[in-house]
Amino acid sequence: MLELRSVGMHFGAVEALVDVDLRLGAGEVVGLMGDNGAGKSTLLKIVAGNFSPTSGRVLWDGADVELSPLSARELGIEAVYQDLALCDNLSAAANVFLGRELSRRMFGVLPVLDHAAMRRKSAELFAELGSDTRADDLVRQMSGGQRQAVAIARARLSSPRLVLLDEPTAAISVRQIAEVLELIRSLREQGVGILLISHRMSDVFAVADRILVLRRGRKVADKLTADSSPEEVTALITGAIEAA
Amino acid sequence: MLTVAALAGVMSLVSEPFASADNIFNVSRNFAFIGLIALGQTAVIATGGIDLSVGSVMGLAGIVTGLVLGSGQPLVLAAAAGLGCALLCGLVNGALVGYLRLSPFVVTLGMLSIARSLALVVSNNRMIHDFGPDEELVLALGGGRFLGLANPVWLLLVAALAAAAWFRYSRLARYVLAVGGNEVSTRLAGIPVARVKLTVYVLSSLLAGASAILMIGWLGAVTNALGQGYELRVIASAVIGGANLMGGEGGAFGAVAGAALIELIRNSLLLLGVDPYWQGAFVGGSIIVAMLVERARRGRRTAG
Repeated sequence: MLELRSVGMHFGAVEALVDVDLRLGAGEVVGLMGDNGAGKSTLLKIVAGNFSPTSGRVLWDGADVELSPLSARELGIEAVYQDLALCDNLSAAANVFLGRELSRRMFGVLPVLDHAAMRRKSAELFAELGSDTRADDLVRQMSGGQRQAVAIARARLSSPRLVLLDEPTAAISVRQIAEVLELIRSLREQGVGILLISHRMSDVFAVADRILVLRRGRKVADKLTADSSPEEVTALITGAIEAA
Repeated sequence: MLTVAALAGVMSLVSEPFASADNIFNVSRNFAFIGLIALGQTAVIATGGIDLSVGSVMGLAGIVTGLVLGSGQPLVLAAAAGLGCALLCGLVNGALVGYLRLSPFVVTLGMLSIARSLALVVSNNRMIHDFGPDEELVLALGGGRFLGLANPVWLLLVAALAAAAWFRYSRLARYVLAVGGNEVSTRLAGIPVARVKLTVYVLSSLLAGASAILMIGWLGAVTNALGQGYELRVIASAVIGGANLMGGEGGAFGAVAGAALIELIRNSLLLLGVDPYWQGAFVGGSIIVAMLVERARRGRRTAG
């Protein structure tokens, strides 16, 4: 589905990514690990269309693509960012539908926002996610887990083919982490591909099929979760093992 | 809104002339001009911006309308010319703030100076009181009344209802609030942030232009000082009405209530025989009190 071939990215003299290959198929969960500044977020932003790589190729279903935030979304790539990218001053439903508002015609002509439909659909999504988030609550009043549910419901809305998750379990409680992992599994069962960035080794080993490790912009490992171990990955991240 | 009702209630008990038809007529007309512009200002402030140029845009639009009228053209054409100037000012503000991402404060401060100067240039610092063949119509439009209320008040009512519906039902208004809430995430959601900003500055300028056209009809003449200092009253109205200068909040009725409150305070002080030199202190104080009340309200919400 998604393929990166020797992708490189530099910001001025800083090499953020060097010669990175990545393949990700439908229904596959790839865990992307690495220390701070290893290039994880840069890679994610390339796939989300926020950055275009300075070298290398990006392929989608075997064809070269030039990704922008809009075109990535049209291909079915949805990103959920670490800072969650929500509008605190709007309701959960408004955030879920931001940029994709449902409308209806008042008096048969005037296009107006369909608040009732958006509220109903958001409530359905939250129920599917097993979240107690209420559609009418303002995001600024919500807990970290509820915000995560809003961000994920938002990504889910368009029936995506690939979901990019940036530290989805960083800011939430243990019980909510289990919920998010469960959600990742249910997305995989529906054939959605997932690129998961996380610092939490246990989360990655719990849900990822494959693990890809970056160190200072280079890929140092890409192997099946079953063939690796948290000890090995830790050593790869820190550089105690050069590559695997 | 409650505050306005409370103050009006107290005043009608304390002061005989307050509740008289004449006084209500005057007060409502006085704040109609400000209220109209405050609607646009509220949208600008809701994006996290500010439009300091509205007073000067009023001056320019008023002068241009007056000049075109004076040259013997019909009102429709003169109004179109005045609104056209306002539109241009709004486009420049909006393009600089939206597309070049300059600071709204600085851009509109520049426009405040530019528009006022242009008003001086085109009028050659003359007062214009000859409105040509359509003079009657102009005076009736801004100065006339309908069913006991001044025409500008009716216009404000219609505009406020339209703005309230816009805030609740339109996609654009939703994006206006989203931009003010979190500009980065709004951009990530694929919303054309620059175009949203351009639109609110254009709206703000156009409303300032419309208000100017009504005002010259009421005054019966126009000088290049029209609207001088109004930007502060307009911003004060929007803020008292609940618009948050950090962006992301604001509504149509709030802006009108804010404008009404300021005018009521001024009127009440006058009727109570308070030295008019005190007006500024009371109006200014009420702005600060409004912010404190808002802070207290928000504090409770976060705690609960």
